[in-house]
Amino acid sequence: MKSHYLAATAAACLTLSMNQGAQAEDLTLCWAAWDPANALVELSKEFESQSGHKMTFEFVPWTNFADRMLNELNSGGKLCDLMIGDSQWIGAGAESGHYIKLSDFFDANGISMSDFVPATVTGYSEWPKGTPNYWALPAFGDVVGWTYRKDWFARPEIQAAFKEKTGRDLTPPATFAELKEVAEFFQGREIDGKTVYGASIYTERGSEGITMGVMDVLYSFGFKYDNPDKPYDMEGFVNSPGAVEGLEFYKALYDCCTPPGASNSYMGEGIDAYKSGQVALQMNFAFTWPGFEVDPNVGGGKTGYLVNPAGPTGERFAQLGGQGISVVSYSEKQDAALEYIKWFAQPEVQQKWWSMGGFSALRSVVEDPAFAASQPYAQTYLDSMAIVKDFWAEPAYASLLQATQKRFHDYVVAGEGTAKEALDGLVQDWTEVFQDEGKL
Amino acid sequence: MADTPIDRLARATPSSLARRVRGLSDRAIAWVFVTPTILLLLAINIFPLIWTVRLSFTNFAANKPNAEVKWVGLRNYTRILTDPDIWQTMQATAHFLFWTLLFQVVIGFSLAWLINRKFRGNDLLTTLIVLPMMLSPAVVGNFWTFLYEPQIGLFNYAVEFFTGIPASSFSMLGSVTLAPWSIVIADTWMWTPFVMLICLAGLRSIPDYIYEAAEVDRASKWRQFWTMTVPMVLPFLMLAVLFRGIENFKMFDLVVQLTGGGPGSTTLLTSIELKREAFEKWRTGYSSAYAIILFVTVFGLASIYVKALNKVKER
Repeated sequence: MKSHYLAATAAACLTLSMNQGAQAEDLTLCWAAWDPANALVELSKEFESQSGHKMTFEFVPWTNFADRMLNELNSGGKLCDLMIGDSQWIGAGAESGHYIKLSDFFDANGISMSDFVPATVTGYSEWPKGTPNYWALPAFGDVVGWTYRKDWFARPEIQAAFKEKTGRDLTPPATFAELKEVAEFFQGREIDGKTVYGASIYTERGSEGITMGVMDVLYSFGFKYDNPDKPYDMEGFVNSPGAVEGLEFYKALYDCCTPPGASNSYMGEGIDAYKSGQVALQMNFAFTWPGFEVDPNVGGGKTGYLVNPAGPTGERFAQLGGQGISVVSYSEKQDAALEYIKWFAQPEVQQKWWSMGGFSALRSVVEDPAFAASQPYAQTYLDSMAIVKDFWAEPAYASLLQATQKRFHDYVVAGEGTAKEALDGLVQDWTEVFQDEGKL
Repeated sequence: MADTPIDRLARATPSSLARRVRGLSDRAIAWVFVTPTILLLLAINIFPLIWTVRLSFTNFAANKPNAEVKWVGLRNYTRILTDPDIWQTMQATAHFLFWTLLFQVVIGFSLAWLINRKFRGNDLLTTLIVLPMMLSPAVVGNFWTFLYEPQIGLFNYAVEFFTGIPASSFSMLGSVTLAPWSIVIADTWMWTPFVMLICLAGLRSIPDYIYEAAEVDRASKWRQFWTMTVPMVLPFLMLAVLFRGIENFKMFDLVVQLTGGGPGSTTLLTSIELKREAFEKWRTGYSSAYAIILFVTVFGLASIYVKALNKVKER
């Protein structure tokens, strides 16, 4: 009988200790305030019911997201246990010790980075790039692409007018030259009694807008961040003749074909311009696409989706967006945060994530034969993710970005100097930043 | 016997403490009262200032607390003072300061002059005029962004109505020529009532008998205005200029909301640039030097101005 009591007491102690190990935590996830964040709130309810942890969310509008969250990380703040941070933060996150390294955790829990789209692993998780050191799990794949008014393109009178003006059929642009031609055609045209404009492109000055837009074009014109054989050697790569041509193209597109007053446009302004029927073409991140499908003005088949057009030599690249999810090193609830990441990496959760509007980066989801037909934009998303490039992800990325914002806005919007001068100046600025960082 | 709170406090004070206080001189008691304030000032004003001066000679970055901090001497200062971009922001700030002060003084004084008369609805009108300065600068920036919209903005339509220039043919916030004026207009709209209120206080402080005496001496209204009203309101006006000058030198929120410093760097004021250096690029040493340069500039200009103000008051 005594042994029965002993066993019962031991079992009780074990149960108690297990319960203590799996103590319910109040986890805070920090991200930008946008549609996918709302979908994640819904998705996370499943995690709450399974784990017993409570999820709270701190969402900050995009224009203040980097400021707010980088200040939080730099000050060693404990607000966020989980951070879905921008891809460019990964260098600072790793080197300044803001994120915990996840490589061993992934190995121990059977999470393989080869299960994710390679570009997202490189873009969101690795630091240094190209090494198996992972600081985040790809959470939201995103890329800059284009939407166009399919319904306008299909109108016989518009098709005829375009053919008369250009001598060719009105088709979705496959090259940047065609894109400009289409944008010029629509600029100032009357459609349904309203004046419409060619294209909405990124021109925002304050955060990262114009850099994302210009880079999205420059890559396909031959721009490279540095010499592939000699890191940080930028002369002749950043300011190559192709890059100069690309920057001139962007300015020409801004001058000829954007709506009046579009001198400070980013994601939100692009969405507004497109949904309100102001523009025929719109540059924006893929995350905006689900919203267009359900919009009464531009949804229901009125919108077409385009991979970034090709440059003059046929090269075609696109600017990477999106984020990975990391565990903040200052968090006191790291075990629970890791549980969340383990749960989020599951294929069935990722599948659900995609169906709710989250752009999964898990290959089993995006390579599923049914994926391409699952949404009108799914194939475009897949094709775009195959050609992505990203901005510097160095710890000094903010300084590199600020210099870029200034050079591009000065030239494209303010019309100061030439494209060559802007890119030469950029080489000078970036060199100075890398010298300060001790990398040159 | 009276039982005021002071009496109760006196009774409650332990006799040993009371004896000690009684033994203090007036000067010592004054120090007892002033010391907490001085300590607070030292902690939150003087110490950070000295610390900033120290940081300005280093390469310290606040986002890298563990990195080695190197003494760089005057490098930060020479870099700032020889950087053409910094001079461009100084120029943009000077343009903004000069024109906002000029417009606010002229319009503010004129409004005060008009509203200083007795008429029905005077109080209501004054309240309506001061409404803009009660709004948050972020809100003002946001709605002026809409007002300046080339396609839907009322401002552009008003310009079209009065001049015939098509509303959608110009962009106040997107044009290099117009953007500096767009921030001047928004700030003038918001802060002219402040200048008006101070001028109004000045106008109402002039005794009526001075004007009555001038009437007896058959001084014309014009002469009364230039020889009596203006000199007597001038100290008030100069005070308003000082307040607005210091505020506008620090201008940040309204301009960030309106233009973000653009187009290009046309409206990039020093405070916006300083914030970017300090809290986006995290070049703490460099931005400390920048802040010290700005501090010395404002302090120097304000000191000269205050001396001039005192001279005017003595007249």
